[in-house]
Amino acid sequence: MTLIKEIDYGTPIRLNEQTVTLTIDGESVTVPAGTSVMAAAMHMGTKIPKLCATDSLEPFGSCRMCLVEIEGRRGTPASCTTPAENGMVVHTQSDKLHRLRKGVMELYISDHPLDCLTCAANGDCELQDTAGQVGLRDVRYGYDGDNHVKPSSDRYLPKDESNPYFTYDPSKCIVCNRCVRACEETQGTFALTIEGRGFDSRVAAGPTNFMQSECVSCGACVQACPTATLQEKTVHEFGQPDHSAVTTCAYCGVGCAFKAEMQGDRVIRMVPYKGGKANEGHSCVKGRFAYGYATHKDRITKPMIREKITDPWREVSWEEAINHAASEFKRIQAKYGRDSVGGITSSRCTNEEAYLVQKLVRAAFGNNNVDTCARVCHSPTGYGLMSTLGTSAGTQDFKSVEESDVILVIGANPTDGHPVFGSRMKKRLREGARLIVADPRKIDLVKSPHIKADYHLPLKPGSNVAFINAFAHVIVTEGLIAEDYVRERCDLAEFESWARFIAEERNSPEAAQAITGVDPQAIREAARLYATGGKAAIYYGLGVTEHSQGSTMVMGMANIAMATGNIGMVGAGVNPLRGQNNVQGSCDMGSFPHELPGYRHVSDDATRESFEAIWGAKLDSAPGLRITNMLDEAVGGTFKGMYIQGEDIAQSDPDTHHVTSGLKAMECIVIQDIFLNETAKYAHVFLPGASFLEKDGTFTNAERRISRVRKVMAPLGGYGDWEGTILLARALGYEMNYSHPSEIMDEIARLTPSFTGVSYQKLEELGSIQWPCNEKAPLGTPMMHVDRFVRGKGRFMITEYVPTDERTTGKFPLILTTGRILSQYNVGAQTRRTENSRWHEEDVLEIHPFDAEMRGIVDGDLVALESRSGDIALKAKVTERMQPGIVYTTFHHAKTGANVITTDFSDWATNCPEYKVTAVQVRRTNRPSDWQAKFFEEDFSLTRIAEAAE
Amino acid sequence: MSITVYVPQDAVALGLGANRVARAIFAGAERRGLDVRIVRTGTRGLLWLEPMVEVATSEGRIAYGPVTPGDVEGLLDAGFVEGGAHALRLGKPEEIPFLAKQHRLTFHRCGVVDPVSVEDYRAHGGYRGLEAALTCEAEGIVAQVRDSGLRGRGGAGFPAGIKWNTVMLAKSDQKYVVCNADEGDSGTFADRIMMEGDPFNLIEGMTIAAVATGATRGYIYCRSEYPQSFKTLRDAIANGVKAGVLGDNILGSGKNFHLEVRLGAGAYICGEETSLLESLEGKRGIVRAKPPIPALKGFLGKPTLVNNVMTFTAVPYIMEHGAKAYAEYGMGRSLGTLPIQLAGNIKHGGLIEYAFGITIRQVIDEFGGGTASGRPVRAVQVGGPLGAYFPDELLDTPLDYEAMAANKGLVGHGGIVVFDDTVDMARQARFAFEFCATESCGKCTPCRIGATRGVETMDKVISGIRPEANLKLVEDLCEIMTDGSLCAMGGLTPMPVMSAITNFPEDFRRAGDLPVAAE
Repeated sequence: MTLIKEIDYGTPIRLNEQTVTLTIDGESVTVPAGTSVMAAAMHMGTKIPKLCATDSLEPFGSCRMCLVEIEGRRGTPASCTTPAENGMVVHTQSDKLHRLRKGVMELYISDHPLDCLTCAANGDCELQDTAGQVGLRDVRYGYDGDNHVKPSSDRYLPKDESNPYFTYDPSKCIVCNRCVRACEETQGTFALTIEGRGFDSRVAAGPTNFMQSECVSCGACVQACPTATLQEKTVHEFGQPDHSAVTTCAYCGVGCAFKAEMQGDRVIRMVPYKGGKANEGHSCVKGRFAYGYATHKDRITKPMIREKITDPWREVSWEEAINHAASEFKRIQAKYGRDSVGGITSSRCTNEEAYLVQKLVRAAFGNNNVDTCARVCHSPTGYGLMSTLGTSAGTQDFKSVEESDVILVIGANPTDGHPVFGSRMKKRLREGARLIVADPRKIDLVKSPHIKADYHLPLKPGSNVAFINAFAHVIVTEGLIAEDYVRERCDLAEFESWARFIAEERNSPEAAQAITGVDPQAIREAARLYATGGKAAIYYGLGVTEHSQGSTMVMGMANIAMATGNIGMVGAGVNPLRGQNNVQGSCDMGSFPHELPGYRHVSDDATRESFEAIWGAKLDSAPGLRITNMLDEAVGGTFKGMYIQGEDIAQSDPDTHHVTSGLKAMECIVIQDIFLNETAKYAHVFLPGASFLEKDGTFTNAERRISRVRKVMAPLGGYGDWEGTILLARALGYEMNYSHPSEIMDEIARLTPSFTGVSYQKLEELGSIQWPCNEKAPLGTPMMHVDRFVRGKGRFMITEYVPTDERTTGKFPLILTTGRILSQYNVGAQTRRTENSRWHEEDVLEIHPFDAEMRGIVDGDLVALESRSGDIALKAKVTERMQPGIVYTTFHHAKTGANVITTDFSDWATNCPEYKVTAVQVRRTNRPSDWQAKFFEEDFSLTRIAEAAE
Repeated sequence: MSITVYVPQDAVALGLGANRVARAIFAGAERRGLDVRIVRTGTRGLLWLEPMVEVATSEGRIAYGPVTPGDVEGLLDAGFVEGGAHALRLGKPEEIPFLAKQHRLTFHRCGVVDPVSVEDYRAHGGYRGLEAALTCEAEGIVAQVRDSGLRGRGGAGFPAGIKWNTVMLAKSDQKYVVCNADEGDSGTFADRIMMEGDPFNLIEGMTIAAVATGATRGYIYCRSEYPQSFKTLRDAIANGVKAGVLGDNILGSGKNFHLEVRLGAGAYICGEETSLLESLEGKRGIVRAKPPIPALKGFLGKPTLVNNVMTFTAVPYIMEHGAKAYAEYGMGRSLGTLPIQLAGNIKHGGLIEYAFGITIRQVIDEFGGGTASGRPVRAVQVGGPLGAYFPDELLDTPLDYEAMAANKGLVGHGGIVVFDDTVDMARQARFAFEFCATESCGKCTPCRIGATRGVETMDKVISGIRPEANLKLVEDLCEIMTDGSLCAMGGLTPMPVMSAITNFPEDFRRAGDLPVAAE
């Protein structure tokens, strides 16, 4: 294996049907119109020397290394800023060009340290390469002139090591501006600039250092930097990697492709892979830098068992642990019935692993009691889009946003939650696309550098459906329906009954104002913009789904998209921003209690029989228990055992009291995970899991894109997660025979119509595949519902607004809504074990100044947050990002216990918890809550590991 | 009977005490019970005579100068308000040879009119050009500009008609007209004199440009070092809006043109059109790579016509009198008049508007009157700090774009700076690098690092440290900067340097070769 290095064409790839043909150094080359001479040369394998050009950024023309001679034109133009034209004759080498390049390089080196041999970029430095390429031999200016290099110089600036992951060394900077341009064009944060002019010029992150600036640590600048000026600290410490493998990030649903660059089995750094279609060479702070959790000292590497949860854990062999777990499950099933045990698949483990867990539950346990965390985030997406369109996944790929004219963001905060996609969206917005943001908070997208939402509609939590109905009301009553589209593609009768419903006065923006709190004029204008502004796309997140009417809202959004003809073409669509790296995959793999892989109901005899044939076991035809049901029945005494892979329901699920009561009531909980998490406090068997670096497999992102996860180190616990499941199944009496995850995927392909064309071989060839991939679409399906909806005719569903039962009262007058931030990921199990905690050491309660003042709260005070479910204490942050009446917190730290507060209300169709609406009161306090006190006590008592004998 | 006295408020005059002169005249007249009305004007451009005070008499305007505050009492006693005799009496300004010999197609109102008065401007022939333009189609206006042979007066000399045509043909929902009033070249002041003396000439020219290209908004980018120009322009624009020659529906034509003046912030490089646009957009003033050209993607990415003050101010004459009339002046492909700014070590410095073709020597001898010091002229730099230094042998070169280029010089913005025989040309060469280093935007390597290395290497030459080797290094550096720089600042810095080395080689070998130990 060698180090993978993508070709750098110097300037961005231009797509154009028109081509131009030119001659470079006597050879003819044909490229799309708009391609630069530099990129055209690279296409034919000629690398014109360059320093300020890189193909992820627009050409800049500052280094003056890439000069060429063009017949018929005066002078020596820069090949990066010169578009190739038909009939052009270019020479990339001549005596003059040689003199010029050497002379420019001589100037560069006259102000650069000469410590190549001990420099962190030794072996990976474009300045070094280019100096070699042009044949520089001496610097006639000497080294005693003005410089940024010597500490004795007035201009010398010391290294900035404030960011935990990379250093900035101004003495090595060649002012190519690639970092500044990457922060502008790729990331869109605009945190960097050049300070001073002329010779003074140096890169600056504002007037402070990197850590205190607006930098979000995405690493784009480090990647773009051709020298060691911006360099990963790991490379400083360990040196250059020697081999790499392309894998997929294990954090969010964007699913960025990375090159894991290694020395032996040590990861030196994760570098975004330019060939990754989801991220196109970009990353965020988590995937790029926060992979250290995989080798954190908290990693459990030996199986452990215990009898009572108050006992300390005992390290044992895999054999003993597996046998104990299996015998317990058998005992429980014998005593309490076949349906008294169940499992939870992981949305963070691979497709193959999720498939095996649900196969174990169905074939080895013999019931359908299997569920996944998608229950608590996007299950309404599944229900809502399946009902209206016929498929439960997003309609487009990420690239589609590049052609959107109007973008409607509802209940999502992409710059925090899906940062790499957020950057792609912002790029399109900077080009002039219009933006509507529907969110109770003033998220970054509302106003940030070069981004301003045309409309910010700050609707109150719980009022989503009233809002979308008001939106639709405008479209229907003002004659903005795409009539031809609806007539051709949708069920007309249902459309008409929906239109009559929506047109009723009670669904008007004016009538809705009392519920939503949004100015009706703004809703009218925004709706007109969505309906008439061109290709309009909806991007939504958990602010839509985690409500008692989550499914209804999804249907409401599908309704307006169909009504305006905005499904089935690039630039439009209904796009759920899936959260987990493989939540889409785990749903696809049949993790729901009522569905077999491929979203087919368990009661469907034909489907079930096809599985029975391959699996060699009789399968239950009745839907099984959802997670909430499992916990209810545990408390009720009839559900006693669980096999949980890669999930932490004690931290992530709502109404923590209810969850822990249920867990405590069970007799055998088997956790397969990489760390001792909150749920493990109540477990009896712990099987060490494997991180994404330790196994082969596939993840499926929010675009339905299946990508490879590649093993670069041996599993620390001895087995990959899929191997652990096989061992458990075998001990339960059910044989699973796979020698490699590719064989699992082959079985999936045989049994699932939308996956029949998927195989590891094809993934090698294509890089990634968006399902459906079968005979009808052998290369995958970027966009769905192109000519017709998957279910045939699109179906308009009536979306009556039903207020949630969660009401504010005198006792609980505020509404709490929850969410995420950039640096921490969900329950924080991974990110809290990295330097990312420097950005977010604790969860805080964001509260509007008005509400704070009424309660005598100032920024930084400890406050008690109380609901009818429970109370917690945390620090307050007074900010105008919130509106009066609404407070917000995150759930990244277990000790906060944010879910102690959330209720047991959930979506009527899917039981997706209503995390986003909880009636609360906030008051100053001077001590942690009772729950937190108990938490700290249990954090010790339920997690002790006995000293291993010997 | 009211007497009108004209006192300039041009920056040069102010620097020489014109405000105190005005106050003294006012006070002195009041004491004598004279009904005197003082009008503040621009300058006529005879700078050695400033403050040049004029009085309106029955035989026309009579000039007196240079007037100091101390001279005022004497002048009043001598009856200057009626054109009385006095040592400082100059007679009719238009008969002063310096002025009389000029071809003032553009500057004829400077020093004559009240700069911010629309009525005064129209009374002196103003807005006839715009009126003519409003009767033409856009193509017609562009054709006139093209046929006049007008070339950009900022320094590049690019045919204005071609640029106007490109912007006119560009398709966009919004276009802009931008005036480059960043006049940063040392020894130049024509733009300033115009903006302070006859701003409506510029405003009218920009308005014609807007009508021709389809632009509805315009900006004048005025350097921050010209506060009087900024104020005068702002007041003139405000009066123009009130009079209906700016804003919506100009002169009842149904066309809109909204004009604003914006201030720079002390950067020579923002006289380069793409840096200017960056600065106008509120960003750091660094140079943009071309393509795309500003005519197609300029201010805020829209088609933008960027021209120098002098280019715009030539246009009203062309529209009023026709392209042929303008093209009658000049020679070869340099048609029309050049506003020459004569400065430096010169007896009579000032503004000389003359047809292209006059030689440098004629300007210095017939207008300038030779050096101020009386010593012989040794070197003349034409075209600003990036222009070549010409020795006596080259002073018969006519001021014509092609003729100057043939002698490795340039016309630039028309500035001429005269040096006598005490000049050290090695120091001048060093200054060329130093100027570039101070003003470099820092984007491209040849200029950002090369200018600094140029200063250091020239220092070595001047100190006698391996002068031949270092002179060769300077020449190599000059090749890099000429062919490698992103813009004309780095690209032309070698011009003064190489012209000094080539034309005055003796100045570079004064120190002789020092022994190696001296390094």
